Amino acid sequence: MTETTETPKTPAAAPAEQRGLIPLPLAAARALLLVGGIATTASTFLPWTWTSDFPGDLTVNGYPGGLQILTLVAGLITVLFALASYGVRGLGWLLPARNNAPLVLTALSGFAVTWYTVLTIAGELGGIVNWEPGTYIAAVASLLPVIGALALPQDATDTTKEALKAYIAKPDRIPAPQATAPWIQRLAITIIAALALTVFAYGIDAEDELFIGFLIVVVFTSWALHSAGLFDRFSHLTATNRSFALAMGFVAAIAFPFTQTNDHYANLGVNILIFGTVALGLNIVVGLAGLLDLGYVAFLGVGAYTAALVSGSEFSKFSGVQFPFWAAALTGAAASLVFGVLIGAPTLRLRGDYLAIVTLGFGEIFRIAVNNMDGVSGPDITNGPNGIPSIPDLSFFGFNFGDSHDIAGFTIGRFANYYLLMVLIMALVITIYRRASDSRIGRSWIAIREDETAATAMGINGFRVKLIAFALGATLAGLAGTVSAHVTYSVVPNPYQFAGAAPPNSAFLLAAVVLGGMGTVSGPFLGAALLYLLPEKLVALQDKSLLAFGIALILLMRFRPEGIIPNRRRQLEFHETGQLDVPETTTLTDEPAITKAGA
Amino acid sequence: MRFGGLTAVRSVDFTVNSGEIVGLIGPNGAGKTTFFNCLTGLYVPTEGTVSYKGTVLPPKPHLVTKAGIARTFQNIRLFANMTVLENVLVGRHTRTKEGLWSALLRGPGFKKAEKASEERAMELLEFIGLAHKRDHLARNLPYGEQRKLEIARALASEPGLLLLDEPTAGMNPQETRATEELVFAIRDKGIAVLVIEHDMRFIFNLCDRVAVLVQGEKLVEGTSDVVQADERVVAAYLGEPFEATPEDTQPATEAESTTSTKGEAQ
Repeated sequence: MTETTETPKTPAAAPAEQRGLIPLPLAAARALLLVGGIATTASTFLPWTWTSDFPGDLTVNGYPGGLQILTLVAGLITVLFALASYGVRGLGWLLPARNNAPLVLTALSGFAVTWYTVLTIAGELGGIVNWEPGTYIAAVASLLPVIGALALPQDATDTTKEALKAYIAKPDRIPAPQATAPWIQRLAITIIAALALTVFAYGIDAEDELFIGFLIVVVFTSWALHSAGLFDRFSHLTATNRSFALAMGFVAAIAFPFTQTNDHYANLGVNILIFGTVALGLNIVVGLAGLLDLGYVAFLGVGAYTAALVSGSEFSKFSGVQFPFWAAALTGAAASLVFGVLIGAPTLRLRGDYLAIVTLGFGEIFRIAVNNMDGVSGPDITNGPNGIPSIPDLSFFGFNFGDSHDIAGFTIGRFANYYLLMVLIMALVITIYRRASDSRIGRSWIAIREDETAATAMGINGFRVKLIAFALGATLAGLAGTVSAHVTYSVVPNPYQFAGAAPPNSAFLLAAVVLGGMGTVSGPFLGAALLYLLPEKLVALQDKSLLAFGIALILLMRFRPEGIIPNRRRQLEFHETGQLDVPETTTLTDEPAITKAGA
Repeated sequence: MRFGGLTAVRSVDFTVNSGEIVGLIGPNGAGKTTFFNCLTGLYVPTEGTVSYKGTVLPPKPHLVTKAGIARTFQNIRLFANMTVLENVLVGRHTRTKEGLWSALLRGPGFKKAEKASEERAMELLEFIGLAHKRDHLARNLPYGEQRKLEIARALASEPGLLLLDEPTAGMNPQETRATEELVFAIRDKGIAVLVIEHDMRFIFNLCDRVAVLVQGEKLVEGTSDVVQADERVVAAYLGEPFEATPEDTQPATEAESTTSTKGEAQ
């Protein structure tokens, strides 16, 4: 994030110039880290309060519960990193750059979640009388690693501000990973996929205080892993084992409903998937072709309404018609395609801001038109504001999506059924996205985004190529819409607006793409998961969620304009990081440059 | 070509024959780049036509490129965040036709075409001497190499006529000489070259013919010797009043820019 501000470490820098913010010898600082981490971990086995009124039941001796589990995890991570800083065999990979930032951030993670818990106990139960001795121990123990981490020696800097920055910054250069056997790489990917699934499953089940604690730990730990350079390592790993990584991601996605006992969470899962899939479709339009589309949700609406009309619902205009799902999905996608071309053909002649405004207008036209087609203000097609309710559940070869099914001892409820269907559609959309972006047409989209004039001068028919991007994006949204109609039982015009308090709407879709990372596959899904889960979980935020998102987006644009998961191109666009992207293999084995043309 | 009341290029009748290197010079603001933009369809000429191999070109940039006229830009306009190889591959766009379906289905035809494109692009990169930097981002190349890459990108569309807009601007003498050799090598491939340049030594070494554009009108056209000997050219460059300056009394409706290659006169 701030890698450019850190001065490069030179071998000549004498140890005397290195000092910590807190004057302590190195041995003491490290010992504080390790002992503090262990003590924090141990303290979670003590009761932190006397009453089980506090969510998660923190009263049991020898058995951590609720927020204590998060403290336990944060403590263990602190211990792991502390051991790695001691150079313990087998943990060296945790600190490839041997920098202090991961230690500071993991220590902060434990500190923040522990103190959040401690303060919430006092706040919710009414005063510090509710603290047990274990609470005090935890509070003190979690503070120790922070002190230790801040006492770690750092290159001398001019100001305290720079010194603090250096403690949380990623180093300029991450040493290249050692060559590992393919099976180790695959094992690592498998373990990471399993871990990611566990974290996601835990987070989606967490409520209220627990979710906030979860967020604290996840944010600090991810930041620590990022500053250690482990995310770079991971993306390198997935790049070399691309198909395997995709397959593992797919397996993890399928495994998710089997980790859930409550169908409500599968409902969250399927909504996140729908939201994410539509965001990925938007990513073709915005991330690849660079067309700012502010009315994208209308295509989701077209798909949903089409599927509802042919679903056999008795409130549908065509109530006698019931398409099988594959036909409904194709019809929905085709209807969206037609609308995409109809809207795109006149608007794509505009560039930049003008395009954004016109697409915004067309998006609203869809909603208003659907609202009025109730037989009073217009033709009777969409049933107006009442929408089309009681859409029947899907049924494949006698497999009814509305019923629960038992698979290998796990109960798969209604939403889990749809979730699994949506995983298939997501896989299809990801395949389409990846194949389209890595082709002649994908290159021409990027060229158009980079410099439209130069692109047309290079022989690209700008309008045609942009129309293809627009139509493809619309089709994918329509496809997702057909499933969303069945999941939500009914379609109404209201969600398909530009901005609202809950996803999906055009503003949220765009935010998911920008937040997650434009031009990447995983970015929109991460963005969608965040934007869907946060308002869902943080009930206290409900009426201020838009304000919170506004602030979050501003902060993101200030500190990480390329999104949480940066596209290689975007990252270089926003940060003058020079030659970071140059593949190491080619620079070393180069032949001498041929300088004379035609020679 | 007129912009409102301003006539930028007027009645320029101009022909490039195949296998020729033709220079286009003139003081700043003479309308050289505007003339290029008219040729390549970036501007729609108010009057006049552009024809190539006997057919009149529509004023659409991508159709002009498809017909066989490629160009570079005065201010480098590479796709900065694409790799060197990708830049050249974009130049191949008109000579390939794999559409979205082919990309999604990934049949054998798609793979073959992608491979052929890449091979052709690598040939071009070797030709200009950037093959070893294929995976670098275009923005990270040094200035001189960016210029070369722009030429390679233009060559990728397999043009019959290459328009170079100030290819040596900002280059040192060595780089200029290298560019000179590059242009000769391009001509040896049978590609006609029309080049705008301010470096007179470069132009007079390179070009079979030179045309001088002053205030939107063609002043003189001929071999290097003829142009160098012409007093009016010197006068135009040194800023002395030029007697044949277009008068405002004449309504500016006769703007015409005509070019044809391969000896097909308009």
